[in-house]
Amino acid sequence: MTASPSPDLDAKIPAGPLTEKWDRHRSALKLVNPANKRKYSIIVVGAGLAGAAAAASLAELGYRVKVFCLQDSPRRGHSIAAQGGINAAKNYRNDGDSIFRLFHDTIKGGDFRAREANVYRLAQVSNQIIDQCVAQGVPFAREYGGGLANRSFGGAQVSRTFYARGQTGQQLLLGAYGALMRQVGAGQVTMLPRREMLDLVVEDGRARGIVARNLLSGAVEQHAAHAVVLATGGYGNVYFLSTNAMASNVTAAFRAWKRGAFFANPCFVQIHPTCIPVHGDYQSKLTLMSESLRNDARVWVPRRPGDHRPPARIPETERHYFLEEKYPAFGNLVPRDVASRNAKEQCDQGKGVGETGRAVYLDFSEATEREGKATILQKYGNLFQMYEKITAVDPVRQPMMIYPAVHYTMGGLWVDYNLMSTVPGLFVLGEANFSDHGANRLGASALMQGLADGYFILPVTVGNYLAQLPPMPPDPESPVFNEISRQSEERVKGLLAIGGKRPVDEFHRRLGLLLWDHCGMARNEAGLRQALQQVPEIRAEFWRDLRLPGSGAELNQSLERAGRVADFLEFAELMILDALTRTESCGCHFRQESQTADHEARRDDRRFAHVSAWEYRPGHQPLEHRESLDFTSVTPSQRSYQ
Amino acid sequence: MSTAKAPIRLTLKIWRQTGPDAPGAFREYPVGPLSPDMSLLEMLDVLNEELTRQGEEPVAFDHDCREGICGMCGAVVNGRAHGPQPATTLCQLHLRHFKDGDVVVIEPFRAGAFPPVRDLVVDRGAFDVLIAAGGYVSVNTGGAPEANTLPVPRAAAEKALDAAECIGCGACVAACPNAAAMLFVGAKVSHLALLPQGEPERARRALNMVRKMDQLRFGNCGNEQECQAACPKGIKIDNIARLNREFLRAAIKSEET
Repeated sequence: MTASPSPDLDAKIPAGPLTEKWDRHRSALKLVNPANKRKYSIIVVGAGLAGAAAAASLAELGYRVKVFCLQDSPRRGHSIAAQGGINAAKNYRNDGDSIFRLFHDTIKGGDFRAREANVYRLAQVSNQIIDQCVAQGVPFAREYGGGLANRSFGGAQVSRTFYARGQTGQQLLLGAYGALMRQVGAGQVTMLPRREMLDLVVEDGRARGIVARNLLSGAVEQHAAHAVVLATGGYGNVYFLSTNAMASNVTAAFRAWKRGAFFANPCFVQIHPTCIPVHGDYQSKLTLMSESLRNDARVWVPRRPGDHRPPARIPETERHYFLEEKYPAFGNLVPRDVASRNAKEQCDQGKGVGETGRAVYLDFSEATEREGKATILQKYGNLFQMYEKITAVDPVRQPMMIYPAVHYTMGGLWVDYNLMSTVPGLFVLGEANFSDHGANRLGASALMQGLADGYFILPVTVGNYLAQLPPMPPDPESPVFNEISRQSEERVKGLLAIGGKRPVDEFHRRLGLLLWDHCGMARNEAGLRQALQQVPEIRAEFWRDLRLPGSGAELNQSLERAGRVADFLEFAELMILDALTRTESCGCHFRQESQTADHEARRDDRRFAHVSAWEYRPGHQPLEHRESLDFTSVTPSQRSYQ
Repeated sequence: MSTAKAPIRLTLKIWRQTGPDAPGAFREYPVGPLSPDMSLLEMLDVLNEELTRQGEEPVAFDHDCREGICGMCGAVVNGRAHGPQPATTLCQLHLRHFKDGDVVVIEPFRAGAFPPVRDLVVDRGAFDVLIAAGGYVSVNTGGAPEANTLPVPRAAAEKALDAAECIGCGACVAACPNAAAMLFVGAKVSHLALLPQGEPERARRALNMVRKMDQLRFGNCGNEQECQAACPKGIKIDNIARLNREFLRAAIKSEET
């Protein structure tokens, strides 16, 4: 259905053996003269782990940095909500871990749809990240001897995950935020909170700055720089309900797409198996319960569909431990995508529990009997409290109920090995890019990637780009800048002028349900085609019947949301198109047409061992470009957990 | 979750103020029937959709993660910062803690150092200024030694994490009769003073952060302990005692001024 893809994209992967690429590359990159660094300015959009780490590190090098974030403070990016931990190949446990093993696990977990050279580099810098964070005073868990503690996470066979109770993301982000605020205090960084990027300015083929809206005054501002860095997170909120923060959105990335940055693998969305189920139409977001719970709990549903007895009254023989039965080797610890799909399958058969029938039990009773209540509470006490706070049910007395929820987006703007997009001068970091997690992200690797990109990769590669530019101050009042700024203002006015009857969330909710049904845990051609037809209908209604109170010259949270939903309504089509084009199953992307006899995902390496990167073409269907994925140090295998 | 619960109706009295310099006033909104499993912020979502349909301006309020960790949300509910439940952020406060027919008064955090913005939104930028004054370890990227070089006693790491759990929501300031930021600053100074990594800048950090706190119109600690009671993360006033000790120690012993 698409025009035939254009020739391969060049990822600019350095030559040489996999293990030496990054070192050789770093030594060969051009450098900016230290005295000249202050003449270069860099815009960083987003202040989560990747953005804050990059901004602090760039400022330390001497560049002038401007940081933008939506929230009132750069300490609030959604990285803060990551619970589990961060992987590194330190091998402190002497359990046979190594950089190669971390690389191998990550690329296999991504179902061989990530770029090998990037993943290897990620594993290489993982150890430096831990060093850096410890030096910043991040209070990681410790052993009695004073050394750093590790745990096994997400079914990994080595203990390589560093953690700070259930709030590793918070502690790492506060470390990066401290580093950032140190540079703000030193005058090297200008911090602009409560700003939303509305557009990317591309002039003479290079990213030259952004247009941003001051969310307090409504003023549309023009900010120019020598390079623009997007660290704006993922697009999971396209589904309306997800574990993302309320303000997480695709706008910055989508606007960059419309200005020439290719969007890669937008259909790769991770749906996390252990979230608190939906409990009402008014619900605003979903809450993740850490994956670590699956280490000790057993997942089950009643054997008989329609069995509504309370869990305690269902005898052992009438309980279906579906993961343990189907996957005897891995049991409850199968990867996230496999666990999620199986939970959905059970609920589709009418075996789901709870008021809505869209939940399965996560039961600690056997572990409590085996290890004692005190031990279980010591391990999971804070998670139990969190669960009880939300649901008013004590998981010690009654099994938890969980259901999969949208959690993380592996797709994102396409970047080369230098993390530069197809727009020269536009760099993309963290969840906003696509490169390291392939078709499925492993636990404890999002924090690792955000910090690798921000602390260690971008600060080196951006210099190579800047070294080729004259250090002339960029002009934020150029005709191109003024024109893009005018377009942004028109767009805001357009939203306010619709004058319809319905609030913005109503459209967002409808879009979310449509995607969840047809572009969620399982996808097929008929459903995707149907969704592709319905998205433009919702969009047309949105532009006809949206009601926005207030004006554009003040804090107007409905207006903010409307702008984001307007972009989701266009972006959703790109996601569906990508899902439709990739007729294989891989990782999180399960095409019902492509499964094995055991109903497992069947990859098609012959036809799909590539990244699909989509180019925006005004008035036409997006054009697919491909980056073929070559594996020199691993052999793609069919994942099997049975 | 498993048992059906009776829906409840509430009368909300919400502080409305269109801008920093505009006069504000309480307005009354009857709401319900609502599910008791709904969170207070979800109730505001429902109210705002209704106001929008009626052509009225929705209530502005800050929020983001809605799982109690980002620190963005916060309001005073029935006289208490983040509402009546202990150790709970506003986004994690559910309607099951109210009774059918209750009057619920919702107003912004009030403090001289947190100027009002609109409705329930205030400007807590002063917290960022405090952190910029010294709430970090000065280590450039790439300059870190191997992570296990410096052992940290487990108890010290745990204590440091107790303090580092602060989410920067500002409830401590809003709850304090003097609008002091002692718990916030005490938590950061403690977190770093308890770890060997924070040692080299220990004195300088305490002096600079305390000095900045005074400049920013935060009040003084009067030992009311309201901050501890309001803190959604259970940060203890021991951290204020430690801040006082750190400040004194720095003032007496330090060569820095």
